[in-house]
Amino acid sequence: MKRDLALLPATAICLAFVSGLAYSIWQIAITIKPVDLPGLLGKNLDQSGVENPVTAVLLNFRSYDTLLEIGVLVIAGIAGISVARTSSLEDPELRTSDTLLYALQRWLIPLMLLLAGYLLWAGSDRPGGAFQAGAVLAASGVLMRLGGIPMDFLRPGIMLRLGLSLGFAVFLLVAVTSALHGGEFLAYPPELAKTLIVVIETVLTLSIAMVLLALFVSAPVNNAEEPEEGGSG
Amino acid sequence: MTPSLFYAFAGAALCGIGLFGFIVISHLLRKLLAFNLMGSGVFLVLVGLAQHRSGPDPVPQALVLTGIVVAIAATALAVVLIRRYFHLSGKTALEDPARDTLPHQGPRKVREAPRE
Repeated sequence: MKRDLALLPATAICLAFVSGLAYSIWQIAITIKPVDLPGLLGKNLDQSGVENPVTAVLLNFRSYDTLLEIGVLVIAGIAGISVARTSSLEDPELRTSDTLLYALQRWLIPLMLLLAGYLLWAGSDRPGGAFQAGAVLAASGVLMRLGGIPMDFLRPGIMLRLGLSLGFAVFLLVAVTSALHGGEFLAYPPELAKTLIVVIETVLTLSIAMVLLALFVSAPVNNAEEPEEGGSG
Repeated sequence: MTPSLFYAFAGAALCGIGLFGFIVISHLLRKLLAFNLMGSGVFLVLVGLAQHRSGPDPVPQALVLTGIVVAIAATALAVVLIRRYFHLSGKTALEDPARDTLPHQGPRKVREAPRE
């Protein structure tokens, strides 16, 4: 009973929040939009160097957003490996010697790597791109970890930090170079746009996969519910 | 009332459900899930509202794609922090400083990291 009473203010807050949100959505929906963004984008698509509108927005028209996003990812990854408890990330408790998983891996890993490459390549003219490819790559990395394949580059050392910041660094380099050449920050020259976007997407894929993988392996893996004996495990 | 607008209202409802869970539930992982639910609601509102009049709009879609990736990274970092907190204190919820209901158990001895 007491708990039910305690839920009342929370319920009231949530209902007020939802009704306010719904009212705003309705108000926005019945007003005419002043700018026709899709039409504007369709007119400028041939200047962007890619044929897929979402990729064009992400890596050309609104690439500042993507640059800051990969910055956020790198910070999250570095923070994740900073609180990692093991010095090696090779905790034996994380190893499984599951025969089935191992057999499945030999089929799945090449396929997943192929799929990641395809998604990266498809991003220029159909749905796909660096983020989807990076997610698939990270998933295959997680699978490899679970199967106990040693992955030395994931040790929190100079290599891992370099890999994490590679995408961000290349992206920033392109941005600064285009600014120094008299253009605006992140405005690619139209004849080089396609090449630059492909290069940036490739390094972004690697960096995103590495960030997600680093965050996966950096979680402490032992169970704190069982008191350890002898202080080693 | 187009289907896209319905998505936007569904997103608003998801936001409300997530907010409720975020306020009421004390377990940290569930709090995180509720917070993610709120985020998904925001994404739905963005995409649904934008394509309500003139078909799919690539600009909000690209921004939502960015948002999803950031949300995944932030969630993963939060899970790492929560697991670390659980490992150090053995609790799944943040302590209420006002009242100490649990008999106070000192912080557990952290296991030594294996040296190589």
